[in-house]
Amino acid sequence: MTQPPAILNEPWRTPERQQVAMQFGIWLFLATEALFFGGLFLFYAVSRFTDSAGFEIGAREADIWFGTANTAVLMTSSLTMAIGERATKEGLVPLARLMVMATLALGATFLVVKGFEYRSDIEKHLVPGPAFKYAIRGAAQFWAFYWTATVVHAIHLTVGLGIVSRLLFISKEDLPERWTTAIGTALYWHLVDIVWVILYPLLYLVGRP
Amino acid sequence: MKPETRRRVILAPLATWAGLMVLLAVTALYAYLPSAPIKPEVSLAIGIAKALLIALFFMQLRKNASLIRLASMAGLVWASFLFMLTFADLLTR
Repeated sequence: MTQPPAILNEPWRTPERQQVAMQFGIWLFLATEALFFGGLFLFYAVSRFTDSAGFEIGAREADIWFGTANTAVLMTSSLTMAIGERATKEGLVPLARLMVMATLALGATFLVVKGFEYRSDIEKHLVPGPAFKYAIRGAAQFWAFYWTATVVHAIHLTVGLGIVSRLLFISKEDLPERWTTAIGTALYWHLVDIVWVILYPLLYLVGRP
Repeated sequence: MKPETRRRVILAPLATWAGLMVLLAVTALYAYLPSAPIKPEVSLAIGIAKALLIALFFMQLRKNASLIRLASMAGLVWASFLFMLTFADLLTR
């Protein structure tokens, strides 16, 4: 497989080094994200382990249709982001821009679906607190995790929309030489997708009949 | 667009995406199979498989410098300490 000659920017000596530097920096940042979400997942693991019966009763209320639709939407946005990133590196500017726009549209779709899901959850009294649907221990822990994790994820996605949209502000002529910007952007976007892909079985597939 | 470019830019990511969609369908169906065994384990394993597809192919870890592959493991290694120490306490109380 022959890679195309990628454009070299200051201060790098070779395009390979430039690419490694960008990826290394972003991966270190993503490591802090793994720790951040790791803390949340730890809460989930301990709660599910200690109060598994109540935890499962609570988890059964999560709406699998919203969750599955959003998983498909987000994985497709990762596809468009991956094509957009590769197209930027190859200098295929129209394709890259189209894919970036598709990524933004899919990301926004995810948030809209999430909004409808939140409305349905609130109507079903699934917010831990005085009006919460269940008294059994564990159910409220599941929903505390649900709200915290999905809201934090939605914030990450919103930040991602901002970062991805930045690629559209780079002029058509300059875009190919900003290929490492596209790589860094795509890495972050894919991480947001990975977090969701792990959240999906934890939130939507527990205690199904 | 040359066939080689098309393969690299469009078709390869498309194949990864198809794999992700198949795994999503499998995991959702398995969760609803009556009396299917080890459901939590299967759903988590498929979730990890999807995450691996994204990391290896979309995030291009499969063919990358060792430094990058090592850096990509760092967060998971640190997070695993968090889990190991917590459960070492919880399971031995």
